[in-house]
Amino acid sequence: MEQRAVNQNNYVPRVLENKQAFSLKRFFFQWEWMLVLVFLLVMIINTNLSPYFLNAAGLRDATMVFLDKAFIVFPMVMIMILRDIDISVGSTVALSSVIMATLYNSLGIPMEAAIVICLLVGALCGFVNGILIVKFKELSAVIVTLGTMILYRGIAYVILENQASGNFPDWFSFFGWGKVAGVPFILVAFLVLALVFTLLLHKTTFGRQVYAMGNNTTASRFSGVQVNKIKVLVFTLAGLMAAVTAIFLASRMGSTRPNVATMYELDVIAMVALGGISTAGGKGKMIGAIIAVFIIGYLQYGLGLINIPSQMMLVIVGLLLLISVSIPKVNLGNKFASSKKK
Amino acid sequence: MAESALDNVATVHVEKKASKLAAFAKFRELGLLIFIILLCIFVQTRNSSFLTIGNLTDMITNTAILSILALGMMLVIITRGIDLSIGSTLALSGMIVAQTVSVYQGLHPIVAILIGIGIGLVCGVTIGFFVSKIGVLPIIATLAMMNIFRGLTFTVSNGQWVSSYQMPDSFVSIATSKILGINTLVFIAIVIYIIGFYFVNHTRTGRQIYAVGSNPESAKVSGINQTKILLMVYSIMGGLAGLSGVLWVAKFASAQGDTAAGYELTVIAACILGGVSIAGGSGKISGVILGAILLGILNNSLPLMNVSPFWQMAIQGSIILFAVILNALVKRGVERNNLLRRKI
Repeated sequence: MEQRAVNQNNYVPRVLENKQAFSLKRFFFQWEWMLVLVFLLVMIINTNLSPYFLNAAGLRDATMVFLDKAFIVFPMVMIMILRDIDISVGSTVALSSVIMATLYNSLGIPMEAAIVICLLVGALCGFVNGILIVKFKELSAVIVTLGTMILYRGIAYVILENQASGNFPDWFSFFGWGKVAGVPFILVAFLVLALVFTLLLHKTTFGRQVYAMGNNTTASRFSGVQVNKIKVLVFTLAGLMAAVTAIFLASRMGSTRPNVATMYELDVIAMVALGGISTAGGKGKMIGAIIAVFIIGYLQYGLGLINIPSQMMLVIVGLLLLISVSIPKVNLGNKFASSKKK
Repeated sequence: MAESALDNVATVHVEKKASKLAAFAKFRELGLLIFIILLCIFVQTRNSSFLTIGNLTDMITNTAILSILALGMMLVIITRGIDLSIGSTLALSGMIVAQTVSVYQGLHPIVAILIGIGIGLVCGVTIGFFVSKIGVLPIIATLAMMNIFRGLTFTVSNGQWVSSYQMPDSFVSIATSKILGINTLVFIAIVIYIIGFYFVNHTRTGRQIYAVGSNPESAKVSGINQTKILLMVYSIMGGLAGLSGVLWVAKFASAQGDTAAGYELTVIAACILGGVSIAGGSGKISGVILGAILLGILNNSLPLMNVSPFWQMAIQGSIILFAVILNALVKRGVERNNLLRRKI
């Protein structure tokens, strides 16, 4: 991009008059605060249902189980802000972890190199998605990622053929089970990446351009946003974070199979939708999705404590997704919608 | 949209060459047919047991359920939607019907089929309600429903299978009996296709589906009730999925919690191969039949050619991607030729 110096010397500072004053009412009347309330509600209900729920060590260690898929939530927020969707992330997790395990076990490549290759494979998968979506504008992201979803998992099956591959070195289990000063490593990694992605989305030019594209791609293109580049970058990030998930998942389970992470895309999309990111694009905050991760995670943990079968969990996550995308569309959500619009 | 139009104009000025790919659009069904014949010849040279009466009837029976579902999916995709929940709807209706017949052994097969269609309709109407009345994106609504129905299937069955010895013979014979010398499954598929052909091409409601898909705004201005059409399309899809659930359980003589998991992808692949545009508004019954038959042949011939079953998924994924990209290129060629023809 070449610099265009237009009136840069006689820049007149303007006062933005329509900037609204800080209003306490508007500040508290946001979707994110409702999520905090829901989170507290989940906690209270769970505490009443099971006497084992409210236990600092238990709550801390539960994060090891549900946080692995949460890494995909960050780029998925950006994808949904762009009005797209990526349903191939679960297959990307499977493919990258299968390649990592095969490289280490069958080809004798050191684990460190295998991890790097795993990340590269994930990024490549996302990159392919992005390139296809950008090059063929007639195709929606739905259909492209639907095709690659089958393709990536198919390749994983071709490589490992319904077998499990494990025998990772001992230090590799640190990702899934290790602790840093008593805090699970996965929680530390999640919080660090959450901070990075929140800053990326809300405080950088890149993030503002993502929002601009979500509101109006054509207008952003004419305003000099490199729309194709940003879209490819966001999808590549999704692939990369899927590979991060693959590492944590393989480490926690100690082995990997071609059918791991099936339907992760549902959980991830449910978390993002619950976090208040509108499917119409251009709206939503990273913090909402992060709270939603903990809501769904602790809901599943609490229901697991009182022996609700995992199949029921599918129903509950599905219902949560439906309710959270429906609320902004019916009258109940108008208050939230209008307070955000102003 | 505006962007792609601009891009097209730019390319026209650079190279004033008519696209040859566009010719493919006119002969899409013929091309697909030729491809199917070539594939058959190729498979036959690798394994001579392919073109035998036994194998062919087996293959057509296997394709019947896929083609029934593909018809419903075509209608959904024409309205710019997508339905990922049909595999789960199929499993739910199959499971409930299998449990019903295992308790009431004397139930007439037609009643069983009607129960299945009813369950499917309820599922379809639920999805249609969320998509048309509330305005949830089809992909999100059906993704959520897919898991809800799958979870309900496991809950209803309690993780148990319903096996063939629990089902009465009259029920299992749905898949093996013959009507007018044709296997019942194939017969049902043919009847549905005849009704579907008449409905889509010769009724007002059928044409309104295309109108809603090709341009929702102008359809609305023309007085078409979009909500009603969407609700109807998803209900039809649900009903067909419920019917297929009964047929599936009768054919394989067992109902499991994970019946037909991921089958929706095969159905979508059949539609896309058959030339149904994912952007909505276009798609032909003849194309969908050929797409379903092509996938049926592939599924049947890969084991015959000693291809590992684990390759099946990767091949299917590549075919979907190849087909959608080819569709996009053909569409571009057609648009470019149209622009060239226009004298500015």
